[in-house]
Amino acid sequence: MLTRRIIPCLDVKDGRVVKGVHFLNLRDAGDPVELGTRYSDEGADELVFLDITATIRSRKTIVELVRKVAENVFIPFTVGGGISTVEQMDELLRSGAEKCSVNTAAVKKPDILTQAAQRFGNQCVVLAIDARRSKTRAGHWQVTVKAGTEATDIDAVEWAVEGAKRGAGEILLTSMDADGTQKGYDIELTRAVADAVTIPVIASGGAGTLVHLYDAIVAGHAEAVLMASITHFENYTINQMKEYLRSRGIAVNL
Amino acid sequence: MFNRYMLIVIDYNIGNVKSVCNAFRHLGCDVELSCDRRKIEAASALVLPGVAAFGFAVNALGSLGAVIKDLVLAGKPLLGICVGYQMLFDESCEFGTHKGLGLVSGAVVPIPPGRIIPHMGWNKVGLVDDMSLFDGLDGEKHFYFAHSFYANVTDGSAKVAYADYGFNLPASVQKGNIYGTQFHPEKSGQQGLQVLRNFARIAEGKDA
Repeated sequence: MLTRRIIPCLDVKDGRVVKGVHFLNLRDAGDPVELGTRYSDEGADELVFLDITATIRSRKTIVELVRKVAENVFIPFTVGGGISTVEQMDELLRSGAEKCSVNTAAVKKPDILTQAAQRFGNQCVVLAIDARRSKTRAGHWQVTVKAGTEATDIDAVEWAVEGAKRGAGEILLTSMDADGTQKGYDIELTRAVADAVTIPVIASGGAGTLVHLYDAIVAGHAEAVLMASITHFENYTINQMKEYLRSRGIAVNL
Repeated sequence: MFNRYMLIVIDYNIGNVKSVCNAFRHLGCDVELSCDRRKIEAASALVLPGVAAFGFAVNALGSLGAVIKDLVLAGKPLLGICVGYQMLFDESCEFGTHKGLGLVSGAVVPIPPGRIIPHMGWNKVGLVDDMSLFDGLDGEKHFYFAHSFYANVTDGSAKVAYADYGFNLPASVQKGNIYGTQFHPEKSGQQGLQVLRNFARIAEGKDA
């Protein structure tokens, strides 16, 4: 039986792991290779590295980072942040990343999903969606791009369905409203997306307690849960998360 | 000229082939990523990795495919991983029909609908005692999978280990000197490293 995944997320800026609230007010959380190795040793199922600077200069740094992580960590990891071409994905995959996530580029040029899937297989292609609750339409969420700074009028659920059709093999779904608050995932958003697609959905944004993880899986129908603050600042170990989920009847890799 | 116990990971210019080398190196193995035919011929064993769509991988492998096939039929141990494993079979229907190496009978077909696809994450594999890749591991272990197609193994002379994904999903095969895993041992933590260690032992001729 396939287990539910626990995925620590490492936001990387200038070669360091940082974490903010609503993508702002960044706090330093350590060295990415060191943290990645620690999480792997602690039993993380996967890792996600997001280059939140995503400039031409930082691209070199992130390739170097991927190389170093891949030499030390023997669990899968995804890299994202500012990826805009299939060639960039190829470089990251060849450097040791298992998957690449695309966000803004997929919204601007959805073809990138299809091209990447035909070349690497759709299991390498993660569609990252940053969604914000619509102020005008209840029960709807708008896709935002450029690290949440630019709103679009695209409906998040419709975009998830479209993205899967075009070749995404997984959706990394972040609630911009919940991100960094530690008040729980946006369960309604998670379930709306997870129920609309047949590819795995990773719930992201808002994890603060063990119950939040459980809720994202059971009520939100997420295949995997992603978290940052609650692991970086050592509120809970990966093992504690898995023990808890298992005690409530969820299959985990323990 | 070349080290007798060298493992060659076939470099055919696709996806994440580096991780396999990293894992073998971590285990202290003498490993090299190469597409040099002389090195491939001189290697004690070959690893065919693969993170790519099947057709793309087969095209990228090109004429090396026939070289590998001849060497393997002559007895050189081969480990295929993920799409590299799928290429051991006769054919695949991912984005069109493509011929594989035909070393193990079977076809690569889509995972049946009605479940989350890709099959992505850690699944339990029921280990088979006399499959050398699983030496030192007991019972059931979790390994990391990431794929939308699977090999429907029809080869009566192949040993097969399965995972449960609502159906019996072939997770690993062994047929003589031919080994393959649908999962990624290089991304499956300690138990994955044990699988690679076992293959390195096979390469050294120390198969238990």
